Parts: sequence; C-alpha cells; structure tokens
Amino acid sequence: MSQTFTKEMARNIYYGGSAFFILLFLALTFDTSNALPQRDRREALTPEVALGKKVWEENNCIGCHTLLGEGAYFAPELGNVYTRRGPDFIKAWMKIQPSGVPGRRQMPQFNLSEEELDALVAFLKYTSEIDTAKWPPNIEG
Amino acid sequence: MHFKSQAVAKPYFIAAIGLFVGQILFGLILGLQYVVGDFLFPAIPFNVARMVHTNLLIVWLLFGFMGAAYYLVPEEAETELHSPKLALVLFWVFLVAGALTILGYLLVPYASLAKMTGNDLLPTMGREFLEQPTITKAGIVIVALGFLYNIGMTVLKGRKTVVSLVLLTGLVGLAVLFLFAFYNPINLVKDKYYWWWVVHLWVEGVWELILGAILAFVLIRITGVDREVIEKWLYVIVAMALITGIVGTGHHYYWIGTPEYWQWWGSIFSALEPIPFFMMTVFAFNMVNRRRREHPNKAATLWALGTAVMAFLGAGVWGFLHTLSPVNYYTHGSQITAAHGHMAFYGAYVLINLTIISYAMPHLRHNAPAANGRAQVLEMWAFWLMTISMVFITLFLTAAGILQVWLQRAAETPLPYMVVQDKVALFYWLREITGLVFFVGLVLYVASFFVKGKAHVPETKAARAATA
Repeated sequence: MSQTFTKEMARNIYYGGSAFFILLFLALTFDTSNALPQRDRREALTPEVALGKKVWEENNCIGCHTLLGEGAYFAPELGNVYTRRGPDFIKAWMKIQPSGVPGRRQMPQFNLSEEELDALVAFLKYTSEIDTAKWPPNIEG
Repeated sequence: MHFKSQAVAKPYFIAAIGLFVGQILFGLILGLQYVVGDFLFPAIPFNVARMVHTNLLIVWLLFGFMGAAYYLVPEEAETELHSPKLALVLFWVFLVAGALTILGYLLVPYASLAKMTGNDLLPTMGREFLEQPTITKAGIVIVALGFLYNIGMTVLKGRKTVVSLVLLTGLVGLAVLFLFAFYNPINLVKDKYYWWWVVHLWVEGVWELILGAILAFVLIRITGVDREVIEKWLYVIVAMALITGIVGTGHHYYWIGTPEYWQWWGSIFSALEPIPFFMMTVFAFNMVNRRRREHPNKAATLWALGTAVMAFLGAGVWGFLHTLSPVNYYTHGSQITAAHGHMAFYGAYVLINLTIISYAMPHLRHNAPAANGRAQVLEMWAFWLMTISMVFITLFLTAAGILQVWLQRAAETPLPYMVVQDKVALFYWLREITGLVFFVGLVLYVASFFVKGKAHVPETKAARAATA
C-alpha cells in the first residue's frame, strides 16, 4: 500500500470502525429487543412449553434435526412439525422409535414420560407459531 | 527457538493434531450414516457422533490458538512467557476436561449426562456447538482466564507489537463472547439471538483477528518483509473483518422470529464479508512475492498461502453464495449450509493452525527453522490431498444442497425431507469417498513428523537476525 496511507491511519480505521459498528449492532439489538414481543409469542410461554424446551435440549434433538433452520441436517426440520404432522402423530412417532428398518436412518428411543411428551408437543406447537417471516417456504420444511 | 518458554506450545500443538485425527474419524462415521442410516446404531447415534465431531473441532482449534499464542507472543514481546508452569497446568486441565466431556458424550445417554452434571441448576446444554455440560463450560472459562492472564502479563512486560495486540484483542473477545453460552432463556427467539453472539461473533468476528495475527506473524518470519508493511495490512484486514462481520451477524436473523429489517442489514453487510478474506489473499501472495529471503520451510509457506486462498473460497465465496436473504429463504438449513461450514472451517481455521504448527514445530522439536526435505515433501502432499479433498467434499455437498432446495423447497409439488435425502444419496456417497482421501492426507500429515532425513537446517545467529 502506498506511503500516503500510513499505519496510524490503518490503526484508526480499525479502532474507530470497530467501535462504530459495535455501537450500531448494540443499537439494533436494543431495537430488536423492543420489537420481539410482537413476534416471539412470549405470552404463550407456559411452564409446559418451558419443560418442552428442556426435554428438547436434554435429549440433544438439535444433533440431528433443524429448528427454524438451525441445527444438524440429518433429519427433518421440526420448527413447523406441529403443523405438518399434528400432536398425536408426534407422540406416536416418538414412542415407536427406532424403526429398525435395515439401512435406514435410525432415531433413538428416548423413553419420555407422557408428561414430557406432552411438553415437547407444546414446545413444538409454540415454535410453529413464532413469526418467522414466512419461513420455511412450504410445509415440508 | 528464541525463548525457552516457547516450548510450552509443543504439547498444545500435539494435542491439537491428536484431536484433529479424532474429529476426522467421527466425520467419516457421520458421512457413512448419511447413506447407511443404521451404521453403528444404537452404539453411536448420529447426534452423538456429530457432537463429538464438532466439539473436537472447536477444542482442537482452541488448543492450536493457545499454542500459537504461547509460541509467538514471547517472540513478539521479546521476553520469556510470564508463567510457563501455569501454561502447562492449564494444558492438562483443558485436555482432561475435554477428554472427560467427549467420553461422557460417548458412554452415557445425553439426558443422563445432563442429569449427572447438574444441568438443572443452570441449563446450558443441548444447543448446537454448546452441548458441553455446564461444568465443562465453567472449566473452559477458567482455562481461558488463566491463559489470558498469562499472555496479557507477557505482552505487558515486553514489546507491544501490532501482531500481539491484535491477537490479544481476538483472544479477549473469544473469552468474553463465550460468556453468552451461559445465557439460555426459555424464549427460543432470544435464545437463538444470543447464541449467535458466541457462534457468529467467534468465527466471523474475533477469530478472524486471531487468524490475521497468526498469519501476519508467520509472513513476517517467512518473507522477511518489513514489519511496518505487514502490520499496516493486518490493521486494514481486521478492521474490515469487524466492520463487515459484526452487523453481518444479521444474516442469521432472517427467519428466527427477529424483525424483518435484519434481511436488509444482514444481506448488505454479509455481502461485504468476503472483502477482508479477499484482502488476506492479496496480502499473503504480495508478501511472499516481495520476500527478502528464501526461508527453508517451504511447507509453512504453502500452508500460509493455502490459508489465504481457502479461507476466501470457503468463508468468502461459499458464504456469499447463500447469504442474501432472498436466496437464504430457500437454502437456510440445507446441505448448502453444510458445504459452506466445511470449507470455511477448513480454509480459515484448520489451515491457519496447520500453518503455525508447520512454522513452529521445527523450532520446537529440533531448534531448526525447517524440517528435513523429505518430511516437507510429505507435508506438502498432505496439504494437497486434504485441500483438494475438501474442495470436492464442498462441491458434492453443494450439489446435494442445490437438489435438496429444488426438490423440497422450490418445486411446485415439494417432496418430503426423507424422500429428497434418498434422491441425493449419490452425492453423499461421493462425499464419503472423498472424506477417505482426506483421511489419507491426514495420515500422511501425521507421518511427516516421523520422517527422518538429512540433518535439519541449523539455526544460526545470522538466520535469527534475519527473521527478527
């Protein structure tokens, strides 16, 4: 780089630029926090949904599935599985795993109690109602 | 070696390579499970293998970063490390904690691990990449604090160069942002929003500072180009990384319940994110072309140039491919994402670690600036095998991803997920075969450390002065 552009100028861009964009990001985060109540359906966060999230986490569901498109890409998207399959299907599905079909991808049996299954369904109902800007493009996830 | 205490870097680098081998073995298991679904089931279900694969990656990269800091900071500061003993203690703490965590994943069901480690008290588990038990996360924080104290004290008492200051900023940022791993609200949208403060602001933020600093250090040593020139480049590159990367976090806020203006912020700023990576490529080639000396470590030069090119391709080009929100609407959470993840991590962070290891190991092992010729040839074979394999792994996953997006998301009559997976299986097979070639490259890489050859180039006073 030419001599007119000095190391001090480069340093100032680094410090000044970073500081400016950190502040901008914090401002956007503040605005997002204020806007979230209209989109995240927090009024629907019952203790049952909270338990469902815990069941989701403590069985590492994200290790195979995506949830709102984030996670592993080995098994179907579950953010909208409540709308795609409905509550009864989800519970029945969880109970009959693994399928044991040779060569097919296998889902472990997690031995969830009836209460945990209901909570998981409540959590997945909640995730299907978050305002995700119309993602996924269709019901298949 | 210029300073005796740099020797503590050696166990860090050895552990990094060992865990890298483990990571790749589990990657091969995962790749096979994509097409032979019941492979190793129920002993090692996919979710467990994936957790091991990604967590080993993170841990070995951190081992590499710490080793890099312990190696280069004394040289930059022109003083011995504050406490080599602390560095060795933290090494064993981190290794044992890491090994116990991985064994926990493999030996007990994840739900039992959560119970055993008291996840109820402060639930942080079960989120992608942050699967570690809360107690392991606390251990990571303690190791990071001790490490920062050690490096910080060394920088404070010695010469403060741009390289060590940028590196230190990156490392502090790494530790501070990791604290968001402890924030896990019931509200899924908030959970996801701040989860990205660890994940995105690491890999597309502070880790780029660490990457830039290590690359600058190696280029100063290898090319003999004036430090002033290289440091100016470093400033501009890391400035662009943060200017684009921080608000670029917005490309993760399109579809998770956050306001829709993020589609604009995220698209615009992340479209600029390839710039620092492109500059890094120009920088690396420029410096090597303007070199003032012929460094005997040809392999290290190759790794350094490889880092610059592959980081640009993986993080820059493959990132841009799916970062604009109208595109991402279709590609989000598909095999396209997996393709990008693989080449970006390999190109940027695997290769920068292998660069500093290649540069430092001859000093650490033989007090010589380069390994013998035969060892270097093998090392360069390993570079090409792993790098070309990774290019093809990325291309096959991209092909699978395009088909997946087409059949499952864009078609007039979209097909269910598993139906589509069966249709793209050919590409998963090709990816797995290429993964085996990658593994061959990795074996050659490890073997290169054991190749005996003619005497190593001795480190003379004159050579040291030339690199200073």
